[in-house]
Amino acid sequence: MIQWVTPDGKLTKQGLQHWSKFSSDEKREWLRFMILTRQFDRRAILLQRQGRIGTYAPLEGQEAAQIGSSMALHSEDWVFPSYREHGVALKVGMPISQVFLYWMGRVEGCKPPEGVRLMPPTVPIATQIPQAVGAAWASKLRKETFVSVVYFGDGATSEGDFHEGLNFSGVFKLPVIFFCQNNGYAISVPFSRQSASATIAERAKAYQIPGVLVDGNDVFAVRGVMEEAINRARNGDGPTLIEAVTYRKGSHTTADDATRYRPSDEVKEWIEERDPVERWKTCLLHEGFISLEEVESWTHYCDEQVDHGIKEAEASTPALATHLFEHVYHQVSRKLLRQKTECETREIPWLN
Amino acid sequence: MAQLTMVQAICDALQVALEEMPEVLLLGEDIGKNGGVFRATDGLWEQFGDERVIDTPLAEAGIIGSSIGLAVNGFKPVAEVQFLTFIYPAFEQIISHVARLHTRTQGAFPNSIVIRAPYGGGIRAPELHSDSTETFFVHTPGLKVVVPSTPSDAKGLLLAAIKQPDPVIFLEPMKLYRAFKEDVPTGWYEIPLGSARLVQTGTDVTILAWGAMVPVAIQGASECGKSGISCEVIDLRTLDPVDEETIIQSVTKTGRVVIVQEAPRTLGLASELMAMIQEQAFYSLEAPMVRITSYDVPVPMYALEDEFRPTADKVAQAVYKVVQEGGK
Ligand SMILES: Cc1ncc(C[n+]2csc(CCOP(=O)(O)OP(=O)(O)O)c2C)c(N)n1
Ligand SMILES: [Mg+2]
Repeated sequence: MIQWVTPDGKLTKQGLQHWSKFSSDEKREWLRFMILTRQFDRRAILLQRQGRIGTYAPLEGQEAAQIGSSMALHSEDWVFPSYREHGVALKVGMPISQVFLYWMGRVEGCKPPEGVRLMPPTVPIATQIPQAVGAAWASKLRKETFVSVVYFGDGATSEGDFHEGLNFSGVFKLPVIFFCQNNGYAISVPFSRQSASATIAERAKAYQIPGVLVDGNDVFAVRGVMEEAINRARNGDGPTLIEAVTYRKGSHTTADDATRYRPSDEVKEWIEERDPVERWKTCLLHEGFISLEEVESWTHYCDEQVDHGIKEAEASTPALATHLFEHVYHQVSRKLLRQKTECETREIPWLN
Repeated sequence: MAQLTMVQAICDALQVALEEMPEVLLLGEDIGKNGGVFRATDGLWEQFGDERVIDTPLAEAGIIGSSIGLAVNGFKPVAEVQFLTFIYPAFEQIISHVARLHTRTQGAFPNSIVIRAPYGGGIRAPELHSDSTETFFVHTPGLKVVVPSTPSDAKGLLLAAIKQPDPVIFLEPMKLYRAFKEDVPTGWYEIPLGSARLVQTGTDVTILAWGAMVPVAIQGASECGKSGISCEVIDLRTLDPVDEETIIQSVTKTGRVVIVQEAPRTLGLASELMAMIQEQAFYSLEAPMVRITSYDVPVPMYALEDEFRPTADKVAQAVYKVVQEGGK
């Protein structure tokens, strides 16, 4: 498993070799986005408890995997997320308020700002994988340089869509990066029950594509392997499967109780000894790239951003019933027009 | 008797089935140690072990396809699909194989499988968790389709489904999982498939409903009761085979029909019921039949779900309409 920073924040030999590849500004930026992601996530859980948003899928513990990978993307690249990629969404340009709107049950939260190539969250597991392959195919057919990145979990690798997507990408040699966050569990089911293979990365071999196993709580290593995969893709050398080994610190969603199925000493170890934000913070502090005061003021600033996002989301015009009929088709049918009138007037029209 | 919610009654039925029928196996995602995301299998893995209450990999086609292989070898798989909206990877297995294996082998191999799935809206669930797609399965010859609306029905129908030999799609309205408790008989007990439940008798209008729409229908009926209109409410319980006899008897008496359906309108079960009534009781009708349904739009995210779903108000309005139309 590739690791450039140890859990206690020290550079490994490979880490030292790659250290100068990225500027100090970039390295600080990774930490800032990880902090933003964490503050967003913690607030979202609180909002759910207060009934201000619906059931929410927390990501704490997976910040390095999400930020390390998305930091490597260009604005022309396509992103196909699952439902847990809030960090990725924020990084690629989704406003905080939009992400909140989604979890407030508003379809407006599915739509990114103009120019942001981020698909809506994917709820049916693994279905986004072949779609991302198609986007990469478009890049190849048009002889463009954009790549396509798809995010999914360890559980998703059991679905047929995962295998079909990998197979297509190998056959057509497409510029797609399969980014799997292996957080050890699919809701309650541990990876050992998901597959008899020791790793997910090794599945790549059967499709003749590179497979990379990386410490997903090491933002530096994730950023590095993602860079290499993207370069391969942009240079016409085809797809890569990356398995980022990580852990979700909390429950699957706010409706789940992870204490039912996860041993407490395992959880404790990941929280206390392998936290991705602490690891990178310690490393940067040690290397003299940041100060504790800076981290504190960043955290404060992120909190303000999140506050602002909540205010904006909560101040948005309430959803109207007639929105139900918008965008179903490009042109509204007679049938739907009739039903829209029914909805507006609250009258049953067909008996008149 | 025990006071149980619907989800507890379902768990109770599964426990009884595992105890009394050694060929019964439960398969699904998170049904073991976690006891199911709704706790419909709570405690069963502890009691019956890993070979009878089986957490599978995350793969619906795998769950249903392997259930077929188990069934032809004499097992009785009771598979859980975590939410009905996630059944699509298994659609091919269900439509092309589960439903027609009996026909194709002229009964040589048993295809005795029960597929349970929570379904429907009204609980502010995340996106893509709330569809009511019972029509797909009712439309498919070879499948039986069951939808309980009370705890005791849920238990009796589930045990009947497990006992009888045909494949059954057993749909559990999430909205009613914990809506109320009632007395549920202990031990083995069955409600035969294909029999509707007469919820309340009445003389002016017949209201047909199933699943989470049954309480909506009852509320609409009691609203109309205040204006002196007497509604007969029928809970279909089994959508296929539907209890034509009970329906036609009622329609012959009342002459007026309102159908309440959670699914979008087009080609929902209501359309088939209207056709069936038109074919069998046309001359008893005193007014056009009315269906109250969701609109023909994708099931919205939860902010608009109350606008999307049928309400008791709409049911009452429909009842007034058919009564006026009939010149009462
Ligand atoms: C096709 C499908 N089946 C089942 C579900 C229910 N479900 C939601 S999340 C989940 C587990 C996913 O695990 P994993 O892929 O590891 O992603 P993680 O949640 O750990 O990020 C399941 C079974 C679903 N959403 N889609
Ligand atoms: Mg997982």
